This record gives sequence, structure tokens and C-alpha cells, in this order.
Amino acid sequence: MDKQKRKTLKTGGGLGILGLFTAVGLIKPEMAMAAWDKKAFDAKTLEEAYAALGAGAPVASKEIAITAPDIAENGAVVPVSVVSRLAKTEKIYILIEKNPSMVAAAFSFVEGTEPEVTTRVKMGQTGNLQALVKADGKYYFVAKEVKVTMGGCGG
Amino acid sequence: MADPMKIRATAKDGVTEVKVLMSHEMETGARKDAAGALVPAWFITEVTAQHNGKTVLQAEFGTSVAKNPYLSFKFKGGTKGDKIAVSWLDNKGDKRTDEGTIA
Repeated sequence: MDKQKRKTLKTGGGLGILGLFTAVGLIKPEMAMAAWDKKAFDAKTLEEAYAALGAGAPVASKEIAITAPDIAENGAVVPVSVVSRLAKTEKIYILIEKNPSMVAAAFSFVEGTEPEVTTRVKMGQTGNLQALVKADGKYYFVAKEVKVTMGGCGG
Repeated sequence: MADPMKIRATAKDGVTEVKVLMSHEMETGARKDAAGALVPAWFITEVTAQHNGKTVLQAEFGTSVAKNPYLSFKFKGGTKGDKIAVSWLDNKGDKRTDEGTIA
């Protein structure tokens, strides 16, 4: 487990840490305003993504529901909904296993916000959509295959 | 300057549902233009939604989020007339904040 990374994630919102990163050139100045997790969004494989997020080896869970079409005619716009029934859901990540940039989005929930979200993603080809959930400090996931008729990542 | 977002929020049975449609190209950096040149990545990286000034949802986007990003979520509380403010920031440092009212 990458403890340093976990610590960074936890304190990532702190301006001091961000300022430090900017000073040593770890993140570009235009990124400095956000706590945007470049390492996670640059991950090219599922393993890299898990490592960057500090997710370790997430456990498959039936308490997460992912809704997406079985067949997406247009990979440029694939609607996806994730609902977590896990207590203390802190984060929901949407991962697209076959995309060059695997991590599509990360959502952070506060007390009072329902642990569910709907958005639209791009899928380059047929593959698994994965919902990764951080709840009470632990990571869980569920995956669903979406068949893509026409890829939506350009090129 | 980017086009305004569309924000719809409705309160029902003590829960407010917020739907946001942002206007953004969300270029992946992998697409080529007609001349064969790579179009640089240009995408929203961070989104924050606030209800009466209190943050209710934060999101980070990568390049795999579809063009003109759509986002919907729900939070407990909220009454008709309350303000919902949504802000985004993109990888070029451009940003935009729009406000909606709970119906």
C-alpha cells in the first residue's frame, strides 16, 4: 500500500501541500487551483488507477448498483448512474477499463448528500464500466459490460 | 468565456434533486483535426455544487467524461427558492459559476 499517496490524498485539499507541489513542479500551475488528482486521472491500467487512488484490492459488492445501457450505439455519450447503499459512502469513482484514461470521474459526498450520481461518459470500445466506492475507509466495486457500436474517443 | 450551465433543482419529500448541464468541449487530447494535427486536451477538471453556500457535492472529471457534461445528484433538505450554485474549473484555468433556484 502506498501510504504516502494516501496521506497526500487525505491532505490534498490543503493549500500548503498544493503550494509545495507547485513549487517543486509536480503539478502545473494551472492545476494548482484544484486538488485534481493527476496521478489517478493519468492511470493507464486498472492496477495503476487503484494504486493512485490508494484503493488496494477493492472487494466486489452487491451494495453498489451501476446502471448503463447494455449496448451503446454512440460511445461518445454513454449515460451511467451509480448508487451506493454502503454506509458512510465517501467517494464514488467511475472507471472505464478500456479507455486510455481509465478514471472518468470522482465524486465526493458530504453528510446529507445521497450516495448516488448520474453522468455521461465516453467509451472508446466495448468493455467494462466500473463503479469504485470508498465507504468507511474501504474500497468496493461493481462492473458492468457495455457493448459499444461506435467508439467515442475520436482519433 | 464558456456558455452558461443549465441548472434544474426540484425539492420533493425532503430531498432535492439537482441536474446540471455544462457547456464544454471536453477534448481528450487524442483526437485529430481535419489537418491531422492532434487537438490538445481541454476539459473540466473540477466541479463544485453548493446549496445556500454550503458544498453538497464535489466532482473531479477526467477526459472520459462526455462533451457537454451532465451531472445529477440528490441531497437531503433544500426548499423552494433556495439557491444552488455550481462552479467548474478546466485544465486551462477557465472557470464558470452559475446559479439555479430550487423549484
